[in-house]
Amino acid sequence: MKTRAYYKDGLLTIRFDGELDHHSAKPAVRVIEDGIDTHLPKHLILDFKGLSFMDSSGIAVVLKAFRRMNELEGTVSVDNVPAQPQKVLDMAGLGRLIKIAAGVKEA
Amino acid sequence: MKAVNSMKIEFQSNSANEGFARSAAAAFAAQLDPTLDELGDIKTAVSEAVTNAIVHAYPDTIGKITLKARLFPNNSLDLTIRDWGRGIDDIDKAREPLYTTGGEDRSGMGFTIMESFTDKLKVKSTPGRGTTVTMHRRFSTRAGRE
Ligand SMILES: Nc1ncnc2c1ncn2[C@@H]1O[C@H](COP(=O)(O)OP(=O)(O)OP(=O)(O)O)[C@@H](O)[C@H]1O
Ligand SMILES: [Mg+2]
Repeated sequence: MKTRAYYKDGLLTIRFDGELDHHSAKPAVRVIEDGIDTHLPKHLILDFKGLSFMDSSGIAVVLKAFRRMNELEGTVSVDNVPAQPQKVLDMAGLGRLIKIAAGVKEA
Repeated sequence: MKAVNSMKIEFQSNSANEGFARSAAAAFAAQLDPTLDELGDIKTAVSEAVTNAIVHAYPDTIGKITLKARLFPNNSLDLTIRDWGRGIDDIDKAREPLYTTGGEDRSGMGFTIMESFTDKLKVKSTPGRGTTVTMHRRFSTRAGRE
């Protein structure tokens, strides 16, 4: 999995490309936490457009980002979520805590 | 029911094998001509079971894990993930949503996901001896699809 962070005007965006599982979760959490600690953003976007697979390990990753941003009184949203990761996020009811936007449905 | 095809693979409990195991299961299931959604469900369910074996069964060692798949004539699939690790004391409790012994790296949703992404989940475990997880999943037939 590849993660890239962009920061501008209080908004930190982290793009995920590849598969988020237990194997790739630790480096992903590091990128998120480093990004937050460096920029102290008001809002964090986890951009899942390139996320081809996610399991329950990803739920913990999103929750960690949510808790860290909560401490800073900032907000989190998850954007461009493909169908498979969406189904896993739904299981955990994460939509109650975080704004989650589905990705464009593939033809 | 008699299986029309089967496979079994054995691998070490290295986290790098999580992707290998779910891809192998999906590649085998491809014979059923599944939809993308169905393949996603299989990958997710296998990833949960294999990750549990890696994380919970063998917390500080590397151990053996097997993945078996059996294909039945009625377009259904059995998936069995087995470890010889720590085992589970209270299976009913372990299967409850949000129950975890894994701290904040885990969310306690693995068994719940396996249960809802397949049609049947069976868990057998003996503390100190290991755990066997079997999932059964039916696939839509081609004619019944949009
Ligand atoms: N193969 C196994 N060997 C030993 N214990 C297990 C095994 N699988 C599950 N468990 C126990 O059952 C609990 C629940 O498992 P489940 O997969 O539902 O949640 P989790 O792994 O803790 O979190 P998540 O799957 O959301 O990351 C685990 O925390 C662990 O205590
Ligand atoms: Mg689990």
